[in-house]
Amino acid sequence: MNTVLSILRDRFAGAILDTVEFRGEHTVIVEKARALEILRYCRDELSFDYLIDISSLDHYGEEPRWEMVYELYALGNGAKHHLRIKFKLPEGEKADSVSAIWPTAEWHEREVYDMMGIEFEGLADHRRILMWEGYPYFPLRKDFPLAGRPSEMPEVAFTERAPLAGGPFVTTPTSAGTPHREPRSREMD
Amino acid sequence: MAETVAQHAAYDSKIEGNIIFTKVDTAINWMRKNSLWPMPMGLACCAIELMGTGASRYDIARFGAEVMRFSPRQADVMIVAGTVTYKMALAVKRIWDQMPEPKWCIAMGACASSGGMYRSYAVLQGIDNLIPVDVYVSGCPPRPEALLEGLMKLQAKIDKESSALAHFKTETPVSA
Repeated sequence: MNTVLSILRDRFAGAILDTVEFRGEHTVIVEKARALEILRYCRDELSFDYLIDISSLDHYGEEPRWEMVYELYALGNGAKHHLRIKFKLPEGEKADSVSAIWPTAEWHEREVYDMMGIEFEGLADHRRILMWEGYPYFPLRKDFPLAGRPSEMPEVAFTERAPLAGGPFVTTPTSAGTPHREPRSREMD
Repeated sequence: MAETVAQHAAYDSKIEGNIIFTKVDTAINWMRKNSLWPMPMGLACCAIELMGTGASRYDIARFGAEVMRFSPRQADVMIVAGTVTYKMALAVKRIWDQMPEPKWCIAMGACASSGGMYRSYAVLQGIDNLIPVDVYVSGCPPRPEALLEGLMKLQAKIDKESSALAHFKTETPVSA
């Protein structure tokens, strides 16, 4: 695994911002501008042939706000390696689609778009995948309340706020900071 | 038996022995409640218990409801078994609308009844927001016995319906 990291460091010097090892898992934090190039190199040259998942993080209140996470896995050669690649991007900017590298990325990227509202450059099919077409919000963003927001679309669907007060899993805060840390009970409107 | 009938000399004993007197309502309701064909609207883990109810150990056939119909046009009772998301709610409503009258609905489990533990942006807080529910079955998920109890409650409810009257009422044009 260390050879993989040193190859990446040698080849993409400057674009590799940081590498983190935690309990045998390796994470490489890269620059957004060269992320597509690095991901393609991982597939083509380092034989990370399996894209496990793409997910996104919302660093609400920080700049840049979004962070993309790519979970890669090498199934071939008998050596099974896991590699995580991350990069940050600011609000309003599009991420590069990796669906040309791993076709499975299309559904993962559609999910990221559906839940977080991050758009992808080069993604052929930009429909929502979990929520219905026309739903106006991106529900996994930090500023979206867990209870939901009401939306009204005749002939399509409606949603209402789910009552949280007195609900089965609403607990009393143990410290003054709890309501801030756990947005489930925070009113964001 | 033959001797008992023979005592009523005023009637033809051969015909008398084969006739049952009853009310139209009772006859219709008896037929309806013992032949409830369910539409299994299995949406989550409750559907597993629904399958268990249909299998040999609990044997829903004892109540005449073993004919699971995957076509709404042949179903009498929709068993909503599981979490109804807003996206799925439209499909559930559409299937319900395609079921012919008379029809009934059982909300099976906490999610179908009230949204259950899913108090979130994606989950409809009870299927009764969209379609009329006759019986709510509690549990997460309910055991097969609980679903059968709900089915028996529905049978008792059907038994009390004025089915004949309802039939003639629908024949007359309703003022919109």
